[in-house]
Amino acid sequence: MQPTSSSSSDAEGAYLCLQGLSKVYATDGGPVPALDQVSVRARRGEFLSVLGPSGCGKSTLLMIAAGLVRPSSGAVSIGGELVTGPRTDIGIVFQNPVLLEWRTALGNVMLQAEAKKLERTAANGRARELLGAVGLRGFEDKYPHELSGGMRQRVSLCRALIHNPNQLLMDEPFGALDALTRDQLGLDLQQIWSERRMTVLFVTHSVPEAVFLSDRIMVMTPRPGRVDRMIDIELPRPRTLAMREMPEFARYIHEILDLFLARGILREH
Amino acid sequence: MAETEHPLAQSPPLGIAELEAKVEGGRAQRERQARLRNILYPFGVAVGLLVVWEVGTRVLGVPIFLLPPPSAIAVSFIRNLSLLLFHGWVTTAEILLGFALSIVVGIPLALAIFLWPAFSRSILPLLVSSQAMPKVAVAPLFLVWFGFGLLPKVLIAFLIAFFPVVINTAIGLASIEREKIYLARSMGFGATATFFKIRLPNALPAIFGGLKISITLAVVGAVVGEFVGGDAGLGYLLMVANGSMDTQLLFAGIVALTVLGVVLFLLIELAERLAIPRHIIAGDKGMREVV
Repeated sequence: MQPTSSSSSDAEGAYLCLQGLSKVYATDGGPVPALDQVSVRARRGEFLSVLGPSGCGKSTLLMIAAGLVRPSSGAVSIGGELVTGPRTDIGIVFQNPVLLEWRTALGNVMLQAEAKKLERTAANGRARELLGAVGLRGFEDKYPHELSGGMRQRVSLCRALIHNPNQLLMDEPFGALDALTRDQLGLDLQQIWSERRMTVLFVTHSVPEAVFLSDRIMVMTPRPGRVDRMIDIELPRPRTLAMREMPEFARYIHEILDLFLARGILREH
Repeated sequence: MAETEHPLAQSPPLGIAELEAKVEGGRAQRERQARLRNILYPFGVAVGLLVVWEVGTRVLGVPIFLLPPPSAIAVSFIRNLSLLLFHGWVTTAEILLGFALSIVVGIPLALAIFLWPAFSRSILPLLVSSQAMPKVAVAPLFLVWFGFGLLPKVLIAFLIAFFPVVINTAIGLASIEREKIYLARSMGFGATATFFKIRLPNALPAIFGGLKISITLAVVGAVVGEFVGGDAGLGYLLMVANGSMDTQLLFAGIVALTVLGVVLFLLIELAERLAIPRHIIAGDKGMREVV
């Protein structure tokens, strides 16, 4: 929790720095390596995706970045402060919405405000504003079981944003949603990001989703996860659904799929 | 043939708003009927059984000390109402005190089991094996130790009733998704806030599940205590009625005990409804689906 200053990263405009991260899990079947020497820097306000097959340790990477899991070796800094415990000034969206069933949509967003001891009336207004921005106006007083999967994940996104974090960590947030909802949430996320310009670390296993949303993609190898290739996505912003038909878009997809084929992650019989 | 209209042409298509009203009306009606059926069916079966019982005992000439007809039980119930109320009150006090003791002891015990693994390791095996012991067998011992008053009955009720409180509370506190704890830590909640804002509400459905089992067991405990050595209470009344071959009174006592048990159970359920939103009450959805 105690921030330690290390300003070298800021000089290069990097906000999120992952330095030589390795993680080995101890299991009954012996040690299992999850991450192997992963280093990456995200610029302030950059949308960086981590793309890889399941089991490549990308979720572990995100948990380490959040300070929720300790790396076996290596270090993380956010905004020049070394991460040594759970970071509370960031926003996290998990794969599941992780909503409290006994709280309404608004109540779930306000949980973050209660944790941060934000002034109640102002936070309430902001929570309603955020819920409205993701299309949940009129659903503030609904309980999670009355909301669809996509709506729940939107609530979870609002909860991650109410304290205006500079760093957003997202762990396959749209992985459990249907294709249409997924597209819509991608567009919503892009809109929110373009307004606030927080640094985003976005873990996904969907190639088109990563290309559509990102400034840069870190492609990972199968377990143990290493950085395979960094790919700059130079598509104009804001990205539109029609851009997915563009040859440049297809080229990025191809590059990544070829990489997956070469690594044996995908196999064309 | 030419005059008969085409069957599809007869009714003009309804607008979506009208259809909505129609569907909603149908649903409301079905729900009303289902609610009515939920009351009428069991009521009808109960009345039918009572009639069979009444007619059967009269036609077959069953002696009243073996099986009195329901009407005789009802008469006995009304005639002995003040007696039943007095003894019922004593039993109620024993049950409620035993139940309260179960909560006061059970919940802190569960907390300690949850918070201190070492405590859990040392106490839990003892606790579980204590449940294998037939508590009825301990009742005479309690009599020797604590006399014939209220205390031994309360203690027996407590001894039988506290176990589900401990187990359900401990399980409720321990069973939480890892991500909820991650969420709490990343939001900056300390241990106390995490407990009260997330872990405890998360455990409430399980805790109330334990309380509901506990209250019914407390009734059993109090009656067992009165059987073994009491001078008041419905259990004592049952023994007296049995001894004097007053089978009608015996049945009246059983009816009173049943009513008491159901009322206490419903009170716990009411508290549950007030404490947690209906949709997360344990088993509630399942119960409705079965119905």
